[in-house]
Amino acid sequence: MKTFFVVLGASIAFFLTVAMVGLTDWDRPPLSTTQNGFRGTAMAQIHTRDGVAEKKDANVAPAPADPAEPGEELAGTTYENVQVLKNVSVNEFNRLMVSMTEWVSPEQGCTYCHNTENMADDSLYQKKVARRMLQMTQHLNSDWKANHTGGAGVTCYTCHRGQPVPANIWFTNPGPNHTSGFVSRNNGQNMAAPSVGLASLPYDTLTEYLADKSIDNNAIRVNATTALPTTKGKPIQDAEKTYGLMIHMSEGLGVNCTFCHNTRAISNWQQSTPQRTTAWHGIRMVRDINGTFMEPLTSTFPKNRLGVLGDVPKVNCTTCHNGQSKPLNGAHVVDAYPELTKTTVAEVTKAPAPDAPPAGTPAAPATPPAAPSETPVEAPAAPRP
Amino acid sequence: MAMLSFERKYRVRGGTLIGGDLFDFWVGPFYVGFFGVTTLFFSVLGTALILYGAALGPTWNIWQINIAPPDLKYGLALAPLKEGGLWQIITFCAVGAFSSWALREVEICRKLGIGYHVPFAFSVAILAYVSLVVVRPLLMGAWGHGFPYGILSHLDWVSNTGYQYLHFHYNPAHMLAVSFFFTTTLALSLHGSLILSSTNPGKGEVVKTPEHEDTFFRDTIGYSIGTLGIHRLGLFLALSAGFWSAVCIVISGPFWTRGWPEWWGWWLNLPVWR
Repeated sequence: MKTFFVVLGASIAFFLTVAMVGLTDWDRPPLSTTQNGFRGTAMAQIHTRDGVAEKKDANVAPAPADPAEPGEELAGTTYENVQVLKNVSVNEFNRLMVSMTEWVSPEQGCTYCHNTENMADDSLYQKKVARRMLQMTQHLNSDWKANHTGGAGVTCYTCHRGQPVPANIWFTNPGPNHTSGFVSRNNGQNMAAPSVGLASLPYDTLTEYLADKSIDNNAIRVNATTALPTTKGKPIQDAEKTYGLMIHMSEGLGVNCTFCHNTRAISNWQQSTPQRTTAWHGIRMVRDINGTFMEPLTSTFPKNRLGVLGDVPKVNCTTCHNGQSKPLNGAHVVDAYPELTKTTVAEVTKAPAPDAPPAGTPAAPATPPAAPSETPVEAPAAPRP
Repeated sequence: MAMLSFERKYRVRGGTLIGGDLFDFWVGPFYVGFFGVTTLFFSVLGTALILYGAALGPTWNIWQINIAPPDLKYGLALAPLKEGGLWQIITFCAVGAFSSWALREVEICRKLGIGYHVPFAFSVAILAYVSLVVVRPLLMGAWGHGFPYGILSHLDWVSNTGYQYLHFHYNPAHMLAVSFFFTTTLALSLHGSLILSSTNPGKGEVVKTPEHEDTFFRDTIGYSIGTLGIHRLGLFLALSAGFWSAVCIVISGPFWTRGWPEWWGWWLNLPVWR
């Protein structure tokens, strides 16, 4: 009997070891490392050389369409039911429509959004969503330009990558609808969820931090500001949710924690890199996108496009970044499409989606955080390079 | 020079690895040997360079003195002295001094006719250091991946290096190393308390024998590893701790560049339930 168990135990250990070493997708040198702190601080990004090349090839921005012939005619006067791109010339308008088809629905073509019998018809939900997405793109390239999107800007392709539904979207994760083993409740954690890099951290951290429309809500303030505790402080669950969000950001951008933080003092802005300021605004930009543009579309989308809780598909850092700190290798994708860089319609008389809540001024929905000095302790005040 | 009564017996010639009987003599109670000379050379030079580096730096605060490795851009080349070159020479001196000391221990073992347990154990510590500042930087392609020499600065390096892999506690070799470190201290505390209590009996009692010690642990936990066994176990636990520390840092970077939690995907991908 003893022999039997010894042999059984040894075989299980042997097979697990083989599985552990054999099934793991190990990396190997040569590596490609970049330094982003003083020497010897170990603030560095670590990638394999092959991995960097692979990622670069997988994130090539499409060549912009040939420039449109100049023309006086405006799309708003020539075509019916043009709401966002009224003041764009007909040639520009058609060029953008062709580009959008390539960016979003290259296989499905124009009919993905349009009723070809009557192009002005709004009967397809895709068209209503696309109109709102156009406004969102303009908003991101104008109001968020200074703090996040910069000169590179975004086009539909930044997220869609030739697919009608971007690959990296997320829904609120209600967790398993059963209890597992002897555990009566899982406290929203311990699920090895991909959203937190397979860690045991809370798996629905994105809902709290990225889905709230009030972009300055749910600020992350878990680090103590005094050497010894003076109050009860935040619960450890808050720290773990924050950690989950940070793992999401790291994996979405293909960087590690030291891209933004010197971890000897994670919350200290003076010791952080300039990238942290961009990321700080990025969190708020994602909240703005989800709250101002996605959430009002909930009733526009058909049921099969919604999550299990009936929530709208939402964006996170990965949606645009797709594993790179600068999406699409940092290409200035918006340069060739000036109509996407400004809000082309100041006032919109009609809400784009009939069943969406009245969007009074959907073109300028949220006030982007101007000076971060309004945040008390951890304001990103001019971080040292 | 005073000599212990049994010491004369051990002061024997020969057993040297190199240099014949050139340095085969004692200075007071200290055996010299060829490797004693090289140890002295490397440690004096290395220490002097550390002092020079500290003098170049902004502070004499013992906690904040920092001699940092070169920027990553120098790769595996030599860096200017004040931009990491000092670190490179000091590292060379440290490896030279540590290895010399281990080889001097070997010579002493040979003189005494005992096993090589002590130099072997010290070699594991050297292995851990060399893994950190030589092997891993070589594999990663830049000396700049070594840790800086400074009391606080090397701790900051440890923190950031951990966060390079998002959550270092998920590193399986780190798990093993930490478990072995804790087990070493547990075993040492059990053993130490046993020895201290058996050799310091209460008033009117006698010093306890190993039979008594064995009985104590057989009564309390059902097993006693014995007087010789506990030292073998201690050596195994301590060396395993050092060995797996070396493994855990060498695989972080050269063989795994992503977050360590992700490594556990192999468990989710077991063909049984994939």
